[in-house]
Amino acid sequence: MWGKLSWDAIPFDQPIPLVASGVVGGVIMGVLAFVTLKGWMPYLWREWITSVDHKRIGVMYVLLAMVMLLRGFIDAIMMRSQQALAFQSPGYLPPEHYDQIFSAHGTLMIFFVAMPFVIGLMNFVVPLQLGVRDVAFPTLNSVGFWLTATGALLVNVSLVVGEFARTGWLPYPPLSELIYSPGVGVDYYLWSIEISGVGTLVAAINLVTTVLKLHAPGMTYTRMPMFCWTTLATSLLIVAAFPILTATLAMLVLDRYLGFHFFTNDGGGNQMMFVNLIWAFGHPEVYILVLPAFGIFSEVVSTFSGKPLFGYRSMVAATMAICILSYTVWLHHFFTMGAGADVNAIFGIASMIIAVPTGVKVFNWLFTMYGGRVVYSTPILWSIGFMVTFVIGGMTGVLLAVPPADFVLHESLFQVAHFHNVIIGGVIFGVFAGYTYWFPKAFGFRLHEGLGKAAFWCWITGFYVAFMPLYVVGLMGMTRRMQHYDVAAWHPWLLIAAGGAAIILIGIGLQIAQLAVSIRRREQLRDETGDPWNGRSLEWATPSPPPAFNFAVPPNVQAAEAYWGMKQHVLKQARLDEEPAYADIEMPRNSPTGFVCAFFASFMGFALIWHIWWMVGLAALGAYATFVVFAWRDTDEYSIPAETVARIDRANRSARNAAIASHEAAP
Amino acid sequence: MTALDAAAGRNDPDRLIHEQVSSHRQHTLGHAERGLASKRVVTAFGFWIFLVSDIIMFSAFFATYAVLVGNTAGGPSGRELFNLPNVALETAFLLVSSFTCGVASIGARAHSGSWFYGAMAATFILGAGFLSIELREFASMVARGAGPTRSAFLSAFFTLVGCHGLHITAGLLWLLTMMAQVFAKGYRPDILRRMLCFSLFWHALDIIWVAIFTVVYLMGVAQ
Amino acid sequence: MAPIVLTGCQPAVLDPQGPVGLAQKMILIDSLAIMLAIVIPTIAATFAVAWWFRASNERARYLPDWAYSGRIELITWSIPLLTIMLLGGVAWIGSHDLDPAKPLPSNTPPLEVQVVSLDWKWLFIYPGQRVASVNQLVVPAGMPIHFSLTSASVMNVFFVPQLGSMIYTMNGMRTQLYLQADAPGTFRGLSAHFSGDGFPDMHFDVLALPAERFAAWIEATHNTGPTLDSGSYADLAMQSINTHPFTFRAADPELFQQIVTQKLPPGPGPRTERSHQSVSPRTED
Repeated sequence: MWGKLSWDAIPFDQPIPLVASGVVGGVIMGVLAFVTLKGWMPYLWREWITSVDHKRIGVMYVLLAMVMLLRGFIDAIMMRSQQALAFQSPGYLPPEHYDQIFSAHGTLMIFFVAMPFVIGLMNFVVPLQLGVRDVAFPTLNSVGFWLTATGALLVNVSLVVGEFARTGWLPYPPLSELIYSPGVGVDYYLWSIEISGVGTLVAAINLVTTVLKLHAPGMTYTRMPMFCWTTLATSLLIVAAFPILTATLAMLVLDRYLGFHFFTNDGGGNQMMFVNLIWAFGHPEVYILVLPAFGIFSEVVSTFSGKPLFGYRSMVAATMAICILSYTVWLHHFFTMGAGADVNAIFGIASMIIAVPTGVKVFNWLFTMYGGRVVYSTPILWSIGFMVTFVIGGMTGVLLAVPPADFVLHESLFQVAHFHNVIIGGVIFGVFAGYTYWFPKAFGFRLHEGLGKAAFWCWITGFYVAFMPLYVVGLMGMTRRMQHYDVAAWHPWLLIAAGGAAIILIGIGLQIAQLAVSIRRREQLRDETGDPWNGRSLEWATPSPPPAFNFAVPPNVQAAEAYWGMKQHVLKQARLDEEPAYADIEMPRNSPTGFVCAFFASFMGFALIWHIWWMVGLAALGAYATFVVFAWRDTDEYSIPAETVARIDRANRSARNAAIASHEAAP
Repeated sequence: MTALDAAAGRNDPDRLIHEQVSSHRQHTLGHAERGLASKRVVTAFGFWIFLVSDIIMFSAFFATYAVLVGNTAGGPSGRELFNLPNVALETAFLLVSSFTCGVASIGARAHSGSWFYGAMAATFILGAGFLSIELREFASMVARGAGPTRSAFLSAFFTLVGCHGLHITAGLLWLLTMMAQVFAKGYRPDILRRMLCFSLFWHALDIIWVAIFTVVYLMGVAQ
Repeated sequence: MAPIVLTGCQPAVLDPQGPVGLAQKMILIDSLAIMLAIVIPTIAATFAVAWWFRASNERARYLPDWAYSGRIELITWSIPLLTIMLLGGVAWIGSHDLDPAKPLPSNTPPLEVQVVSLDWKWLFIYPGQRVASVNQLVVPAGMPIHFSLTSASVMNVFFVPQLGSMIYTMNGMRTQLYLQADAPGTFRGLSAHFSGDGFPDMHFDVLALPAERFAAWIEATHNTGPTLDSGSYADLAMQSINTHPFTFRAADPELFQQIVTQKLPPGPGPRTERSHQSVSPRTED
């Protein structure tokens, strides 16, 4: 009746996960109770859960990412502390637990922190930058978000019920096959990623269509902000790479559930096939993570230097080159599998070639600052920190791309330090810059600047203190994923690394404090005009936060950096142009489709993991029924009357006129 | 051309130096000048991107099949198992069903009930016919001990061909849903957009089948 | 577990004790130098530009419309391109010189050692000498060793950091590696690919002995210990953690081939009779 599920699945005999589950469960119950008692449920349901507004969905993606960052970071603290303690000692985490922690850490950070963060920012910003009202498929957007949340939910449920995978963030067979991993852990991983993978794909289809087909009048492709180009490249990468992941994990599912022989030791299975396929996905995946960050830096550096981005067309070419080249390098993840000198050398050279457009981008950001007036805001600190840190990480990447060098560094902590160097230095610094930069647009008030800068310094210091020792210890022969070790020379470095993690923890604490303080002091930090940073692109032409319809009338774009041009024109004549003719605006209706579909998907995933077949059938039926119900609705839009549009726009116009007046009085 | 324009042309190929001349409309790409593309274009485009992703998923299965085709683990190979007359029949069914699907699309756009319902029914029958032949083939292979658990080659075969079959099944479900929608709500623009997506889907499955019968069946038997 | 704090046992990639490791260290240092020649000026320029052009600096020129320069574009594309061409050459030549399957130049023919990774220990078979060893690799110093490697179960990686290259071990497949220890010494070997609960204990000592002492070791090994055949191999393939090193006095030279061709089936995983083993297995059970 209940498949493999029984009371044994709850880890009553392991204090750490038991206490952790208890605490998290308590917090969730507490939050739900608080929200319900305050009467916020109807508002949340109406305005957020069923919202198809790209701005709301973007915020929810980022919120999911930040919560998962906390969970993933706790895993990191546990790993660093275990390794600091486990010199000639078992430490405090037994192998079966430690192995789940490093697997969960990687899985969460890549699929449920970095991806939702960049997708959330792209979702929020791109329609605003393109001057349109929403993405191409708003309801599908909601489905994508909620399916991603389902994946995150399943990974976290594994903490309480059953176990998580113990195979690393990419479950290589034969270890991940049923015979060597008979537990439910790998199944939790598989279904969580398969389900959220659908969500990610749907988000990418949406963004590709939006960037290529929905523009304000006059916005040709070469007038789009750089962030829109990187969104396009990222989304194309997702469209081409995620199906490979879906197929490969599906094959592993078939091996585990139905006894197929894709990757098993017996029956003619080929484990090398898994490695090739998974990295054909895996390498584009890291560019999916970092390209949006590059786009953020292009926006931030140009805005806070007071200059246009240097070499725009070069940047576009470099972005699309990275997009294509990322498919030609996958073998560098397994030089040591024995493919032979020619194959290894070709892929090594290809991996170096991809460093060329990346280097060009770094130089172009440098020359954007050159001749500018650089304002040392928090976003620009993240950007400068990125430029230095990412270059070091890229350098170690090129070193690893030389096959004979990789032969002594593969799977070592040197490799671990390299990819954290580029992911933290590139992706995390980028999303934090973007978070700080676009926060006032989303919520109408800025984040506290002092706490933001303090958090930045803790993060960048903590990063170097945590990861530079890992380069050293990797060169001393330490391999990754070790639950304990007995080499004395490694111990002091791992202690220092643990210290670095503690410094990052302080940084995270400061970011939480920053959010709390900013909310409390929001009136002082209020963004009155919608343009707190003297921005250059169209999102800064809207009020903060923008109304549901984004723009009262579609902006008329006549050059790149559309908003900057409009602003110079307005400042020259010392007042805004004539009020436009307001008309009714049709907007897409909210819909519970995404949430309900994900509800059924969660049960289906859980039931598949625990072999509860009747529940699988019911949940699948429910998901299909949801779509049929959605397809049957008769009104998919609602109308915002011209009067409301006019009222909202006039309020923003008067704020902007006031700003122009004071700018005239004290230029 | 002003001196500024001349200077701009020389050092500013991206025309970032801003001369906002509000009355003058610059020549732009067609739809960019108008702004948004139409809903029909946007929907179809998005569905094409989805089809690209689906084709890439199939490519992963094709690649796996190509690598594992020789790993028969002492069991039967394609030459011993494949029945080409069956495959020819399946192909005929699918190709004709693509034609009837096209007729159904035309009927929908012409708002003609008889053409639409008739052609959709024919498409369904042909698709179901394809599926029944395929299922019988699978069942007979399993009965002979040549099921997907026998060897890596057979796992890859059943998955690749079976994945296509699953897509056909989903397509048949979609087909019935489309017929029900038109019956309930008529030839509304959003329903016609869905019909467009359905026909794109059905035709794409036909193209994938062509790849399957070439790579799997024809090349398998020719070994 | 014997603590290994011998001074000669620091497993340092930068302290190679054989020709392969030495060549790799040179490549690492050369590549690093080439990259640093670009990276250090870039980082310095980033700091310099960000500082000089800060908003409060009155003396810095403000060029609000300067966003393109053909000459600079040429340089920014060329610098990485030229660097990569240089490094690409290093990569091509290095990959061929240090291909794991490429024999090492030597007057003496290499010693054949067959390596099998199991859960969670290493089996070393000397087919020519018909002995075998678990979790300890004894080799003669100053001559090349030709390793043939496979796995009994899951993927592992054979790695002796001070001797050089690592290589995957996979069930049903045979990989190859040539290494050499120039002088006698004790080195640390380990698995460099996570393979399950017992993975951290999958390390082994590599003892490089002078030729006569190696011969003596072979002699001594013939006199004591169990024999390695399909039966004792099956026992060895059962999952166990932290196996103490021991030797087999007689080893079937056909065993390795039988493992590679799967005539001997792959090792079993954790036992799953208890219900919780199919939910969350533990190795101790």
